[in-house]
Amino acid sequence: MKALEYEIAVIGGGAAGLSAAAKCAASGRRTVVIERGEELGGVLLQCIHSGFGLHYFREELTGPEYATRVLSQASEAGAGFLVSATVMQITPDGPGHLLTVYSRQEGVIMVRARAVILAMGCRERCRGNLGVPGDRVPGVYSAGTAQQLLNMEGIVPGRRAVIVGSGDIGLIMARRLTWSGVKVECVLEIMPYPAGLSRNIAQCLEDFGIPLHLSTAITGIQGKDHVESVTFAPLVNGVLDLTQSQRVHCDTVLFSVGLVPENELSRECGVQLNPKTGGALVDDTLMTSVPGIFSCGNVLHVHDLVDFVSQEAERCADSAVRYCAGAVHDDQPGLIPLEPGDNVRYVVPNQVVAGNPHHLFLRATTILEEAVAEIRDTEGTCRFTRRLRHVRPAEMISLDIPGDCTADARGLTVALEEK
Amino acid sequence: MKTLQKICICCPTGCHLTIQLADGNIEVTGNRCPRGDNYARQEINDPRRIVTATVAAAGNPHCRIPVKSSEPLPCAMIPALLEELYAMQVSLPVAMGQILLKDYCQTGIDIIATRAR
Repeated sequence: MKALEYEIAVIGGGAAGLSAAAKCAASGRRTVVIERGEELGGVLLQCIHSGFGLHYFREELTGPEYATRVLSQASEAGAGFLVSATVMQITPDGPGHLLTVYSRQEGVIMVRARAVILAMGCRERCRGNLGVPGDRVPGVYSAGTAQQLLNMEGIVPGRRAVIVGSGDIGLIMARRLTWSGVKVECVLEIMPYPAGLSRNIAQCLEDFGIPLHLSTAITGIQGKDHVESVTFAPLVNGVLDLTQSQRVHCDTVLFSVGLVPENELSRECGVQLNPKTGGALVDDTLMTSVPGIFSCGNVLHVHDLVDFVSQEAERCADSAVRYCAGAVHDDQPGLIPLEPGDNVRYVVPNQVVAGNPHHLFLRATTILEEAVAEIRDTEGTCRFTRRLRHVRPAEMISLDIPGDCTADARGLTVALEEK
Repeated sequence: MKTLQKICICCPTGCHLTIQLADGNIEVTGNRCPRGDNYARQEINDPRRIVTATVAAAGNPHCRIPVKSSEPLPCAMIPALLEELYAMQVSLPVAMGQILLKDYCQTGIDIIATRAR
């Protein structure tokens, strides 16, 4: 059995893993990226559209271009790669961790590392997660599966499509299908607001006159040997009104109904998860509840921009590097809880050191046209405010909090108040 | 006077633009950077989009080469470009950034590969 020794093991070779590995290796730490798939780059490889990298590279790139850049950063910095290699288990090993890896080429490999960065990304929710009734016929895909078929293999899944859910992948696929000669009949969204970015509503639906039905639920999929139609009905005051039910003929149904962080491996090695995000609970170094195991990217919480994934991965890498140098402790002194307050679905991180500068990511529960982000301590004193416009649940909010704002606090709550 | 609402697509911020048209004059508000102003004017006069698609690799039915237009292309020209792209067969290897169609229809816009294959 092959055994390898590294200082930092990064699990997952997508945007988060590659950005983290680039930073770890550039800081002089022996780093390896372990990727389950055959290729490095993750979901970016199938996201052939443009719009990535504006924040991180100050340039508009397509997914494959972004992936190529972060991959060359990681390899030029000297990171090692194991591909077609799945991490099956993480166990404690002295001051570090032992990873059991199944490699297609080399069989079982044991990888020893001082620190571990979890960067496994997320997977799509599918028809089964929603329990959509009707016939179990071919022609039903998750939006990302259809994207992979179309963009990686050139397979056009059908001629007339209905997209369920208005997540970004579904919106991007609406344009991609239209540009591939498929008629997209409509997009159905159960919530009263879209799940994807406003710009994607504009450039992927409005450009092509594709109807977006808000507050509308799919009520069934019909077909004998293949999908033939879909039925849907509006929600009136939160209740399905079947008297207004409609049927639309189609041969393809795409589900774009959310993403779930892929944390089976994390849970098995004792990492505590946040039920709101499905990702790990982390402190402000992005360390999980297991000392020496860090988390970043979509496995920590689902991001809408890869640029933020790379930034978060760099911060995570920085912590892992400092951990290897003994500068981040297993039990950080001075950690206080950071909780979501009014109109906030979740905030990352979940614990911070009072008095340090912080970078927070949060998501709203509702639409607010004019809002103020407020951070209050346990006494109710407001420590920080920032005005925000056009707050949307679909659009992640990023806040930089100066250190002096949180000095001596015993607990903090971040809220979004309507103004 | 006519008032239009548009979402700026230049970056993920997605500014809510209000465009006022009066006697050939265009006034733009709601943009947080100059690109929003440019976008709104372009959208009224000559809407354009970056086109992305995939083209076939000669002799390898399972390999697609992702491509993009080097600049946004006039929307009216997109369907014809897509037809041309889907009819193409490109021989491998292809480098990232390699020009696959030069100066498409004298627009000065190239079609380039976005991944090495």
